[in-house]
Amino acid sequence: MPLELQLSLPLILILILSIKIVMVDAKFGNNKTLGFVTALAGFIVVFISAAFTLTISPEAIASLNAEELYSKGTITYGGFAAYFDMLFCVAAILTILAALPYFQKENSEHNAFYSMMVFAVAGMMLIAHSANLLSLFIGIEIMSISFYVLAGYFRTKEKSIEAALKYFLLGAFATGFLLYGIALIYGATGSLSLPEILTKIAADDFSNTYLTLGIALMLIGLCFKVAAFPFHQWAPDVYTGAPTVVTAFMSTAGKAAALIAFIIVARALFVIDIGQAAEIPDFQTNAIMIIAIISAATMLIGNITALVQKNIKRMLAYSSVAHAGYLLMGIVANSPQGWEGIIFYATAYLFMQIGAFIVLSVLERKTDKNLDLDDYSGISKSHPFLAAIMAIFMFSLAGIPPFAGFFGKFLLFTAAIDAGFTWLTIIAVISSMISVYFYIGLIVYMYFRKSNTYPLEADMGSAKVTLIISTACVVILGIFPSLIINLINNFF
Amino acid sequence: MPEIGWILVEAGVKAVFIVILILSAAAVSVYAERRVSAIIQLRLGPNRVGPFGLLQPIADVFKLFWKEDVVPKAADMGFHRLAPVISLGIAIAVYAVIPFAHYIEIGGTKYYFGIAPNVNIGLLYILAMTSVSVYGITLAGWSSNNKYSLFGGLRSSAQMISYELSMGLSLIGVLMITGTLSLNEIVLQQSGWGWNVFVQPLGFIIFLVSSFAETNRTPFDLPEAEPELVGGFNTEYSGMKFGMFFLAEYANMATASAFIVLVYFGGWQIPFDIGLGAGSIALALVQFAWFLAKVIFFILFFIWVRWTVPRFRYDQLMNLGWKVLLPLAILNIVITGVWIMIFG
Amino acid sequence: MSLTLLLFLILGVLSIASAIVTISSRNPVVSAMALVLHFFMLSGLYLTLQAQFVAVMQILVYAGAIMVLVVFVIMLLNLGDEKKLSEKWNIRRIVAILFAFVLAIQFISIYITNLPDAAFIPESAAFNGTVQAIGTDLFTNYLVQFEAIAVLLLAAIVGALLLAKRKIT
Repeated sequence: MPLELQLSLPLILILILSIKIVMVDAKFGNNKTLGFVTALAGFIVVFISAAFTLTISPEAIASLNAEELYSKGTITYGGFAAYFDMLFCVAAILTILAALPYFQKENSEHNAFYSMMVFAVAGMMLIAHSANLLSLFIGIEIMSISFYVLAGYFRTKEKSIEAALKYFLLGAFATGFLLYGIALIYGATGSLSLPEILTKIAADDFSNTYLTLGIALMLIGLCFKVAAFPFHQWAPDVYTGAPTVVTAFMSTAGKAAALIAFIIVARALFVIDIGQAAEIPDFQTNAIMIIAIISAATMLIGNITALVQKNIKRMLAYSSVAHAGYLLMGIVANSPQGWEGIIFYATAYLFMQIGAFIVLSVLERKTDKNLDLDDYSGISKSHPFLAAIMAIFMFSLAGIPPFAGFFGKFLLFTAAIDAGFTWLTIIAVISSMISVYFYIGLIVYMYFRKSNTYPLEADMGSAKVTLIISTACVVILGIFPSLIINLINNFF
Repeated sequence: MPEIGWILVEAGVKAVFIVILILSAAAVSVYAERRVSAIIQLRLGPNRVGPFGLLQPIADVFKLFWKEDVVPKAADMGFHRLAPVISLGIAIAVYAVIPFAHYIEIGGTKYYFGIAPNVNIGLLYILAMTSVSVYGITLAGWSSNNKYSLFGGLRSSAQMISYELSMGLSLIGVLMITGTLSLNEIVLQQSGWGWNVFVQPLGFIIFLVSSFAETNRTPFDLPEAEPELVGGFNTEYSGMKFGMFFLAEYANMATASAFIVLVYFGGWQIPFDIGLGAGSIALALVQFAWFLAKVIFFILFFIWVRWTVPRFRYDQLMNLGWKVLLPLAILNIVITGVWIMIFG
Repeated sequence: MSLTLLLFLILGVLSIASAIVTISSRNPVVSAMALVLHFFMLSGLYLTLQAQFVAVMQILVYAGAIMVLVVFVIMLLNLGDEKKLSEKWNIRRIVAILFAFVLAIQFISIYITNLPDAAFIPESAAFNGTVQAIGTDLFTNYLVQFEAIAVLLLAAIVGALLLAKRKIT
């Protein structure tokens, strides 16, 4: 097999899967499990192929001549792209495993759900693989459109429809900004290819005015996609209104995809290798400073608003805004160290957030019942297993050792300090401490409050697999972070 | 005067000629339609005004001019007036890129038969204009404030959007072979008997059927289906406004015929050598006549079909468009692609 | 004054005017038709930039297909004039206008302080706008992206069907 075919195997397979799953839906729409099985098997195959591409040596990939490839250098192969392929597949597998019992409980049809999941993953993978603003944009669009639909998946529930509509209107508006930005960057540098833009900026061969405007507009679009302040207001409503399993997927994999887009753009536009550029251009220092302020504001606002929430789903939604703030610190650091921090934290965050939302989805009743803090009083007695793993996820989200969240934060904070952003790290630490209050608050409710309601039913089904995998990953990554750190050290 | 001024003058003069040509062609086709339908139905048809009733169209126009212009009270006045103008205006605008013959050479300058026949986007321009022409009918239906009119307008927009797809896709086969969007260039490549219809028979049939739908002619004239919709979108129109719709319909028919001839039947190319030098006026006139003859043949074909085939039901129309023509058009592209890959 | 500049001014003014009518009109049909006019003006602007293909596609796709559907929906729902929302001057609105004003000043100042080189149309632009150039680029350099668009469209179609499906099981 030619090397390029081997490397693009995950992308090709997900494209085949996305067509296959629609056909399965069309032909065997009445069979409730066939769509699930197809999607699950498909994601596992894509995962394996991505793992396989990760074993191909970076030297072999670097030796490929872009002009001779079918992708003409518009696609990045191997490395972090392959890693993210695997991550997205894992997120999708965890989500659909939990979705099966969830939709049965909600009496909702679910075949089309798997189609949209596959599309969303295809879009995310395209984002991770893009070396070109065009594929970046198309990837973001595929992902966003799938998310708009997924958010409104319960089309008989007003809240779900509201979430979809809000997300769609605001998202389309933000996409406009992104596209304007891309157009202006193209105008300023005369290229859509990110490596080429990098060389042009390094050679001082660009129009400063348009590039600055382009970066500013693109930043708005990307900040919306990661739900960073001041473009975060959609997130709580959408995350609360969407079906819980969808929220689990959207707020983790979706965020990771938006951040990988951020990293890809930052690597091309913010010239870190100072030896390459004559001097650091003004727009870079300004943009980094703006992102630093956005990052600080995002984590403060996210955590402070989460404090007063009584609905756990909404609380987690706000906390996911705060986590976007932490993740942006890696972009602020603007160094390989920072990006590795993002990748590690995104991985850890993915498991703990999916885990937490899936616990919610298991305990949730029809018509959005059982989502308030009070409903969780004393569930450690009736559901010791769920309470225990929820506690682990909460500790990890709060960043308490020895769980994965701690190491992620540690990596990001050190990267920011190394880059000279001590003030940002101090704010991050303060907001982490604020967040401890409500994360631990939930544990207090679960363990030290008397149950005031009748015991909740909890039919876990295949969601149990999701919960066990997520818990295991959160714990293992917390104790042996080097497992992943060694892997991602080679990426940049 | 700068050069650009002369170009504008040239285009203006040509435009006047073309408008006169289209309007007279439309008038003649109205007459032809009435006579042919009469022959098909074993009637006599109009035969009182002038010899063989040839002056009937002129009488019709005078009648329409003198008729009272009735506008419903609750109609949207602005759009009610605008709709026929859009219809007729767009029907005429299409002719900007249609070549009627090759060129005349006078003093070293080539004068082409057409306003911009060489522009390398001509084919897409025609498609764009026909896709916009639906506004005339839709707005007429909406602004009349009449149920039947509104239904006519809705039907026409649904129908035209559906058939535009197969129409555009069927043309792609031709584009793949010729590799150009310039209508003159497409015609030039069909010298002799090398008409595209022989190379693209499937594409031609799809295109022909879609043109019937795009021009709202029977068997696809659902927007004005008399038995169900009284008169469809133009129920509330009278006088010259109605006349403009009428003219637009026949102008569209002429456009469709010209388009078919240009793309599939060699346009103005004369298949045999008649011994006239390129660029001479005589040759250009012969080419023009040859082109016109083919166009007239297709206009008569349109009329013939109208009085032979009954109207489709609405669901049949949609099924034909989406489930038959569209897949066939895609199949045509695949076949053409494979053909080019093997023999090209 | 060159012909290009003259055309640019006429088309630019008309396109802005029609855009304003689009958002300010209370009659949805007027809005839609103003938008169609706007697309035509934009298409003219593209022509002055030598982008023939984009110009025609603007009409073919936006004016000829998408807006027809919009008009179709407006007529199907028989929308009347939209009612005026009783929105009063509140603090949010003032802040929004303030921000918009600041943003406008920023844009203007960026343009004034470092004005880019005089606008010119490079020789290559005349070729870049043709169907051949775009086709060649799409099917060689951007082939992967072109294929990815297929997934985008498929996702949009499946999603739209999913949301609009009437039967709820």
